[in-house]
Amino acid sequence: MQGEIPRIPSGCSIVGIMDTKGRRFNGEEIIQAISVMHDRSNGLGGGFAAYGIYPEFKEHYAFHIMYEQEANRHQTEEYLKSKFMVDHAEMIPVDPQPDITDHPLLWRYFIRLKDEVQRDCKVDVADLVVEAVMHVNHRIPGAFIFSSGKNMGAFKGVGFPEDIGRFFRLEEYEGYLWTAHGRFPTNTPGWWAGAHPFVLLDWSVVHNGEISSYGINKRYLETFGYYCTLQTDTEVVTYTFDLLHRRHGLSLAEACQVMAPPFWKRIDRLNPVESRRQEELRMVYGSAMLNGPFSVIVGYSRGMLALNDRIKLRPMVCARDGHRVYMASEEAAIREVCPNPAQVWAARAGEPVIAELDEGVIL
Amino acid sequence: MNSHLPAEFIVKVDHYRCRRCKRCILNCGFSALKFENGVVAEHHKCVACHRCVTFCPEQAITVEENRLAYKANAHWSVEVRKNILKQAEQGGMLLTGSGNDKPYLSYFDRLVIDACQVTNPPIDPIREPMELRTYLGRKPDSLGNNTAWNKKIGLDTQLGPQLKLETPIIFGGMSFGAISLNAQKALARAAQACGTFMNTGEGGLHKDLYPYKNNVIVQVASGRFGVNQEYLDQAAAIEIKIGQGAKPGIGGHLPGEKVNQEVSETRMIPIGTDALSPAPHHDIYSIEDLAQLIYALKETVNYSKPVGVKISAVHNVAAIASGITRAGADFIYIDGFRGGTGAAPNVIRDHVGIPIEVAIAAVDDRLRQEGIRNQVSVIAAGGIRHSGDIAKAIALGADAVAIGTAALIAMGCRVCQKCYTGNCSWGIATQRAELVKRLDPDQAAERLINLLQAWSLELKEVLGALGINAIESLRGNRERLRGVGLDDTSLTILGVKPAGQ
Amino acid sequence: MQNCTLAQNNLACAEVSPQARATVWINAKRLSYQELNATIHEAVFGGAKVVEVENVNGQRYIGRGLNQPVEIILHGTPGNDLGCFLNGPQIIVRGNGQDCIGNTMNDGKIVVHGDAGDVLGYGMRGGKLFIRGNVGYRVGIHMKEYRRQVPVMVIGGTAGDFFGEYMAGGIIILLGLEQTDRPIAGDYLGTGMHGGVIYVRGEVDPAQLGKEVVVMSITPADEVVLDQHLSEFCRDFNLDYAAIRNKPFIKLVPTSHRPYGRLYAY
Repeated sequence: MQGEIPRIPSGCSIVGIMDTKGRRFNGEEIIQAISVMHDRSNGLGGGFAAYGIYPEFKEHYAFHIMYEQEANRHQTEEYLKSKFMVDHAEMIPVDPQPDITDHPLLWRYFIRLKDEVQRDCKVDVADLVVEAVMHVNHRIPGAFIFSSGKNMGAFKGVGFPEDIGRFFRLEEYEGYLWTAHGRFPTNTPGWWAGAHPFVLLDWSVVHNGEISSYGINKRYLETFGYYCTLQTDTEVVTYTFDLLHRRHGLSLAEACQVMAPPFWKRIDRLNPVESRRQEELRMVYGSAMLNGPFSVIVGYSRGMLALNDRIKLRPMVCARDGHRVYMASEEAAIREVCPNPAQVWAARAGEPVIAELDEGVIL
Repeated sequence: MNSHLPAEFIVKVDHYRCRRCKRCILNCGFSALKFENGVVAEHHKCVACHRCVTFCPEQAITVEENRLAYKANAHWSVEVRKNILKQAEQGGMLLTGSGNDKPYLSYFDRLVIDACQVTNPPIDPIREPMELRTYLGRKPDSLGNNTAWNKKIGLDTQLGPQLKLETPIIFGGMSFGAISLNAQKALARAAQACGTFMNTGEGGLHKDLYPYKNNVIVQVASGRFGVNQEYLDQAAAIEIKIGQGAKPGIGGHLPGEKVNQEVSETRMIPIGTDALSPAPHHDIYSIEDLAQLIYALKETVNYSKPVGVKISAVHNVAAIASGITRAGADFIYIDGFRGGTGAAPNVIRDHVGIPIEVAIAAVDDRLRQEGIRNQVSVIAAGGIRHSGDIAKAIALGADAVAIGTAALIAMGCRVCQKCYTGNCSWGIATQRAELVKRLDPDQAAERLINLLQAWSLELKEVLGALGINAIESLRGNRERLRGVGLDDTSLTILGVKPAGQ
Repeated sequence: MQNCTLAQNNLACAEVSPQARATVWINAKRLSYQELNATIHEAVFGGAKVVEVENVNGQRYIGRGLNQPVEIILHGTPGNDLGCFLNGPQIIVRGNGQDCIGNTMNDGKIVVHGDAGDVLGYGMRGGKLFIRGNVGYRVGIHMKEYRRQVPVMVIGGTAGDFFGEYMAGGIIILLGLEQTDRPIAGDYLGTGMHGGVIYVRGEVDPAQLGKEVVVMSITPADEVVLDQHLSEFCRDFNLDYAAIRNKPFIKLVPTSHRPYGRLYAY
């Protein structure tokens, strides 16, 4: 599954559903929604991210790992144990599907910092986790950490998304936020780690489109210790959110402005303070701008956001009904699971739609 | 002993068509034509600048290479033999003007640019927004409020002064002295009209250019000609010139005969004295000395404008660039070995330095490896010929490019390479009043504006084909370049995949 | 190609209504687009003058391959490329539309009672496209006219960026009937326009205009055009004509049919 495969451009379908009260629901709904857009994918990749699914381990980082061979597993586990406490490890339960073949070994681990490291308060746990993910994905052949957040998990592989959903038995999981992806890669066969979503810590990204600025985005991220090993452009979106929001402390809205900035023409017309801020963001973060057609749904523990490229070359429809928020490539996907939402609207170019858990919701 | 060198060119006058108006004689800056019962050429004086050919109303003149003068020999080329003969006669170094004309491999010509098909769409650059705006200057890594993180990586979150370019093309340094005041005026007007910058070179700033101060970069070179507080104040940015692509490690020498009243005032030296620029700055013998000068200038202008450093591209340019960045420079101007010059020893121009393409790649890589790429802007120069070169230079990692020779050609230069003689028939590389006035600064400015407009349009076409609508998504995006017929090592250094991969 | 789990519904679900022999009802629930379009096709060739489809959700290309003046009424959310290459039928959507409605449409009419998405009427050469609500980006892109074919698009709500981009012919009317905090049209309005006319009810900020268009005032001839299409629009959506006309219109026209003559050096 690993190897020097060139980067794979892809067309796709994406959908996200969340409950702003944090109430959990099973994976059936998201499978229904994504399968309406069956024709947007071609069976070479499907995947889901689910938040709130591991309440019994909610303080642990849940690592989902793909291995080509048993030997890769031993090597990886040895590495993980040298860095972390692994409190629980198991194979991810799957239900064989006729169209899902050649799947890698799929394991999950619930890990936390070792007690002695924990006491050293200078250590940033998230940084250690990022470092571990980069190390395994970059340095250990045949092993890919494809999910590394708390109380959340990614489930993905080669196949149509509805089949992948059944394969991973998602109807048996309950989460308050689900995203899904159906993939249409064009140049090479899909591969398991290359399916969406792309996850780092609790960030998950599903993406429709192609990031034409990938080359510079990748080089930019490398200077901050992120290695793009999964051979698809979407990976950079996940790492860029992590860099800009978690590490640099930009707000989510500003992180989105960095990735899909307003045109100079519009910046020049803003009031001086706003204009200066936007100008500075573009000056400093030009290499983080995502260019080319894209729409993404980004999941994180408190919410999800939809973002389109700055001339909106990919579709994105949002809807709200009570405490449910929906985002999808096509309105039909939403109506499949919510026939008459109270509010339906199209996302605008470069303007994020952010849905977060209601204030006071404790997970 | 006289070498009896045959003429390089033969000037042919069609006496049937010639109506003896003598315009050609008046036009020749090199006195290669005279009138003796008709126009007569002194062939050995001709430099093929084509001024007479262009201005003959009857199109009666042609200039041809004197091809039959030497027996062919692939190793002992005509040029080699001619040079030996000249040096044997006079015992001096050979001097030349303009850029390296030797057939070295051009990496630009071995790189091709990507375009979108199906999986991502190209963007129509004519109708849809397409942004070329570029800022040169030091930038922090972060604008966020995560102070813990910022502290950890030792961030200086100050955003330094920046140069705002509406197109990523500036004019390289060409001094008043090397080129005429009219040529400098044209550059300044064009820079202002196009939202970009001209560079004074090391010859001081003539007062006539003061109105263009917001579009002028002033140079501080080893000769310190014309450098004083006022000079530094009349500029948008300051450039410390360490080296020049055409003559790395070599100083400059403006002969006294070119130092007329105006040049004298601008350079602040007596009329008729030689203007010597030493090879080094004698206050910079190490990198910490450079830092000292950078901060001397920043202090002097109260940190109000970027201070950059111009170097020629040499073997360890990457390490040098890293040092310059850490010394506090806001931009690094790297001049490749095809860069032009008013005068340089032939041997230096043709054999010293490295191509700009590899220099950009090496510098950009090194600065990224060290995590300091955002702290400095990189301007690439040295033989940029067209918008294709510009797009490739930026994709390799440059923030902007500088053009010199191309700008002169736009103003009428025919690249006869005799800039050092001061006889430029086109009024560009000369201080002779009767020649200077041939260059109308307004007309020349219009031609420069047209050139920048045309290249900007072409850059937008390239961006559109690449499916991106802002230049920052091209910058350093080597993924969108491929090499054709380059060896593995070159590809590795350029960070570019071979075509087909 | 099709997912079998979605194709359980049988193909013979087209049935002739007893009231009107010419009306055929189809239940699109869980039909793939191929099945649905084949069923509509079958009904039309079976003599139906009106085809009503229930539970449409996401099926693409509805109305394809029909050259007859048949009426297709859709309940639900039809998928992308609704009425692509349309050449005669009238399609009425009782709901929202998605992207690419009326793609390269040649003749006929599409009426959407809700909102619609991006890239509507791309390359539209004839017929009418009426949207009651708001529309997305690049609507009316590259509309053109040819001989006696003049396409008409009327939008009741607001439009996103690049409205009327590259427009080469035809008529677009943008009404902005509901008050919103957004301008009636987005940026780059009429950018690249080199033919046709865009009428806007109200004002637009000159900074939003593409560089190829100018604002003109309405002439009596324009009033006739507006009257004709707006009357029809009001009939279709049961709107008050006078209320629509209570606000003045402006007209956007291209400055030149060849805006890019100076792009090339030689």
